[in-house]
Amino acid sequence: MAVAPEHRKVDLREPPSWRSAKSRIATVLMVVAFVLVIVPLGFVLYTVISKGASIISGQFLTAPIPFNVAPANVGGMGPAVLGTILITALATVLAVPIGILAAIYINEYGGNRLLTRFIRFMADVMTGVPSIIMGLFIFAIWVIHFGYSGLAGAFALGCLMLPLIIRSSEEMLKLVPDALREASYALGASKARVTLTVVLPAALGGIVSGVLLAVARAAGETAPVLFTIFTVTAVNLNVFSGPNTTLAAQIFANASQPYVGAQARGWGAALTLVAIAFILMIAARLVTGRATQSPR
Amino acid sequence: MTSHSARADSAGIAGSARALAERRPLGDRVFQALALVAGLLVLAILVLILVSTTQQSTTWFGKEGITGIFSTTWDPAHNKFGALTFIYGTAITAVIAVILAVPVSVAIALLLTEVVPYRWARPIVYVIDLLAVVPSVVWGLWGVQVFAPWVLPHVYAPVARALKGVPVLGNLFGPSTSGAPSGPAFFTAGLILAFMITPIVTSLSREVIATVPTIDKEGAYALGATRLEMIRGVVWPHSQGGIVGAVLLGLGRAMGETIAAALVIGSSTQITSHLLSPGYSMPAVIANQFGEAFGEFRSALLGIGVLLFLLTIIVNVLARAVVARNVQRTRGA
Repeated sequence: MAVAPEHRKVDLREPPSWRSAKSRIATVLMVVAFVLVIVPLGFVLYTVISKGASIISGQFLTAPIPFNVAPANVGGMGPAVLGTILITALATVLAVPIGILAAIYINEYGGNRLLTRFIRFMADVMTGVPSIIMGLFIFAIWVIHFGYSGLAGAFALGCLMLPLIIRSSEEMLKLVPDALREASYALGASKARVTLTVVLPAALGGIVSGVLLAVARAAGETAPVLFTIFTVTAVNLNVFSGPNTTLAAQIFANASQPYVGAQARGWGAALTLVAIAFILMIAARLVTGRATQSPR
Repeated sequence: MTSHSARADSAGIAGSARALAERRPLGDRVFQALALVAGLLVLAILVLILVSTTQQSTTWFGKEGITGIFSTTWDPAHNKFGALTFIYGTAITAVIAVILAVPVSVAIALLLTEVVPYRWARPIVYVIDLLAVVPSVVWGLWGVQVFAPWVLPHVYAPVARALKGVPVLGNLFGPSTSGAPSGPAFFTAGLILAFMITPIVTSLSREVIATVPTIDKEGAYALGATRLEMIRGVVWPHSQGGIVGAVLLGLGRAMGETIAAALVIGSSTQITSHLLSPGYSMPAVIANQFGEAFGEFRSALLGIGVLLFLLTIIVNVLARAVVARNVQRTRGA
């Protein structure tokens, strides 16, 4: 980019100052764009932490949910914490094996067939299906017949997680070098054995990281659980029947409440939820970090 | 790369001997079948979503007909369920979100790929990803309890006062005939949706921009181009198509985003050009009213869900097709 000094004397171009100034302005605008995004993010996080931290405690995380009129120092979000953990865990148990199997089909068995490409394409499209549609779907095929339950909520969250897990797992399987597969074929292993004992372990770190991110996403979702668990305030340890509740659903219920206590509990629940999501995200990063460090 | 040789390998096996396939152990074939079933489940779910929700909303589709569905009257008390106000609200908030988010996202993507060194890019990506980690309901809670009460007296009210009577801007941001601006409004929803779609638009744009060949960029620099000239001459023509795809994906996300919109859009069924007035969107009305809906009311809400599903599927298929075509073309070139 540097211009040799002797060229400057016979400079026939327009003066470079305005051009480089424009370029510098563009760079500054890019930085401004980044600032425009982090300022509100920082503001949201600051509000959640400052409003949530004043109410959150061991008691808050375990105590029953009181009436909305109750002041902030009464009760907590115990049933919602429990519901979030149980329902998200169940959704994970449902979605992870299917998601990984589908990824194995796409990457290991499918080849370049039209069907394989179509499944991959539709999995991509499915990641863009609004989460509320998953809730309506499970309502239409399950809740109408079998009633509200944590299981129905887990189905809806599972539908949401499935395409995320498929796409991330597939990317990880793609990174496994073919030499590993060929080596184990050469030893006479069958394709299923090669996949399960060689390919899958080699890609495990990345797959786990993708799963954790999907879990973080599902734990924070409200729309799919609204019509499937029928938000209640009572604790329900049986995920397979009866209405249940989650943190996200409680925040939604409390957000439009006029009572200060209910609002404060909403912020406490928000902080809990954001903390869960952050912990999962950091865990995912740590797992990926370790997976990429280990020699392949 | 990997997939190429894997393809060659499986084709070789299939071609070499049918007999070999016959001798494959049962467990192997069962596993393959299981994997295939898991893959097909994605297609089955998508078809089932359409079939089951449509089935539950036939009452609405049948009774209202095309004119009823696309009418503006939404009056559950008198069994009038026209969805046009919600379609309008969805379109307008999604468009606001895209208009606000796309320039910012593309600028950040350019910052990450063309300006900052790699070791700075990673932390910036982490920060942008944090936007996606904050759950929708938390954005909504912040929007309705902190942002909307603050923005009304400090921004909306002065802006509306200043733009009253100004030809075009007055119609968009001036006070509406029905009254003063409101904190929860089309624009508030659009703004919060913009934050929520920024991470995905940024990461996709970045992916697209990263495929621009280094040699082209270096060529531009060697000709004496400044960074801006290089971006306009090399990066932009190369990644235009892919960025269009990213924008479409962001549009799809913004249309389907439910909870944040439900909390900050203001829940008012009206069609107005005044962006600072409260409105309603398709997912928001489903989320807010489904609990007390029965009979035809419920069928209408499910029907709105079907329309939303079809809309987002169309936008997403388009977006993915555009991205895929663009990536293929740039790889081939």
